[in-house]
Amino acid sequence: MTAAETAVLPGLILQDIVAGYRGRPVIDGLSIEPVAPGRLVALLGPNAVGKSTLLRALAGLGSVSGRIVLDGRELTRLPRAARFGLVGYLPQSLPQPTSLLAWEAVASAYSATAPHGFGPAGGAADDAIESVFGELGIAGLALRRLDQLSGGQRQMVGLAQLLVRRPRLMLLDEPTSALDLRWQLRVLETVRGVARRTGAVAMMAAHDLNLALRFCDRVVVLSRQGVVADGPPLEAMTTGVLRAAFGVEARVERCSAGHPVIIADHAMDD
Amino acid sequence: MTAAAASGHGLAAGYRRFVRRRVLLLAGLLAAVLAALVADVATGPSSFPAARLLAGLLDPSVLGAAERVILWDIRLPQAVIALLVGASLGVAGVELQTALDNPMASPLTLGIQAAATFGAAVAIVFGIAVAGAGATVVVPGFAFLAAALAALALYALSRLYGAGADTVVLFGIALLFAMNALVALVQFVADPDALQQVVFWTMGSLAKATWPKVAVLLAVLALCVPASLRQAAAMTALRSGDEHARSLGVPVERLRLLVLARASLLTAAAVAFVGAIGFVGLVGPHIARLALGEDHRFLVPGSALAGALVLCLASIASKSLLPGIVIPVGIVTALVGVPLFMALILTRRRRR
Repeated sequence: MTAAETAVLPGLILQDIVAGYRGRPVIDGLSIEPVAPGRLVALLGPNAVGKSTLLRALAGLGSVSGRIVLDGRELTRLPRAARFGLVGYLPQSLPQPTSLLAWEAVASAYSATAPHGFGPAGGAADDAIESVFGELGIAGLALRRLDQLSGGQRQMVGLAQLLVRRPRLMLLDEPTSALDLRWQLRVLETVRGVARRTGAVAMMAAHDLNLALRFCDRVVVLSRQGVVADGPPLEAMTTGVLRAAFGVEARVERCSAGHPVIIADHAMDD
Repeated sequence: MTAAAASGHGLAAGYRRFVRRRVLLLAGLLAAVLAALVADVATGPSSFPAARLLAGLLDPSVLGAAERVILWDIRLPQAVIALLVGASLGVAGVELQTALDNPMASPLTLGIQAAATFGAAVAIVFGIAVAGAGATVVVPGFAFLAAALAALALYALSRLYGAGADTVVLFGIALLFAMNALVALVQFVADPDALQQVVFWTMGSLAKATWPKVAVLLAVLALCVPASLRQAAAMTALRSGDEHARSLGVPVERLRLLVLARASLLTAAAVAFVGAIGFVGLVGPHIARLALGEDHRFLVPGSALAGALVLCLASIASKSLLPGIVIPVGIVTALVGVPLFMALILTRRRRR
């Protein structure tokens, strides 16, 4: 891969992605418009439509075929270590409540695949870890044990484990599921800020349509039939799309502050 | 959630204080192990004044022939082997607990120890001798073979059925019962001489310690512990959960396989020379975890030291409980280990 090619193709390209169980794909031939660098993309859709399956597959954790091109490099052709160096994935499950300190959980993420178990000595690692705790505003948690943190706090530690590796593609599976309102906003602001600042691509599976509407540059709406909408949030999330994907009658209105808001009126009959 | 200042200044310095405390704790554990080793050497059926003991350790020529044999050929190898076996079981236990994400995992509870016992019993009872290789190699060799096969069966079963870590522990318990039955079967067909040997040996005893056995155990530890330390960060990452470790690029299945291989090797070497020693592999890691937390850079050496300490103390107790009689040390570890283990579980629950 030459430098010129890399420069021509920044961002993320997904073409003909097939993922899921062998012989029974959950995602069957998914393609989306190329994602420009620095963008936060929401992956929306009803339950069991394959949002998590897609994220895991992109992260290299599930079987996948098709083209996944990140900054000009085809991920499925990269050596394992190089691929995991580029891609960060935050699972839907929270980090387990062990007696590990939050700092140690993040430090272990930083050096988990280092060739020797002690990781890069001192300086660089310490700075990287410390800045992530600062960035997320959770410095107060760093020296506490995970089994003494709340679920939401552990979710923040999980996010710190992802961010400390500075991935070029961030895959987040419902990163705000355990968080209260304030921290939902902070997490999304942080992720969007990191993406914009570093030119990384972030893709987030979400259930909260209004958070997606508010924070994401793009939304991809999935239904059992595949991609039903792909574009800027307001263009993609129309009444028709919401009906087709989620089976609800809903409208997009503007609140008094001028933000668009989705109001779901009722579930449609089967 | 704390709304602490966004800047994280001083966090690294704060964490270094934890590191210093853990290093000090490790040093303390090491000192305790060395003290226990000396006390272990000083205890025994025949009286041996402490001053003479120390002099004899520094310069064997000051001792008479009988004293020299007692010190250098009986007590010292026994004490050193207790230390090494405790360390081996401690490391095997902590690695299994992390790899299988189960605090009840250990060479004993997963049946690896019983499999090693079975392998060694077969070698003893059927008098298997490989050309040129003495009992120092054949019995541990068979123990390792059986332990490795058992660990492999555990791994294969769990892969085949896509089982989670807790199912692996259930398989392990099933394996434990199966191996115990097989050991009983071997005992049933054994002639009286071999039977006595096997029975003595299923109790776990340090009585047959020799220097070549010490060397083999040392070699196995020297092979396994550095390998385990090299994977400390990956193992620590695994504590966050399978999926989290995988997302970081940790090859979780390969890590499990390596841990099972190391645990079989450590368990087989330990079991082959001193027989079945229960609970050290379970209690050692729990003591280390309480004292040092779960960062494997500290937890693995800590478990080795805690295991060594527990077995040294058990060895001292086995020689001093009944005057003039040495109880097989496996009986002592089981008697002491069970209440200790219960206490650990209960204090941990209360702290939560």
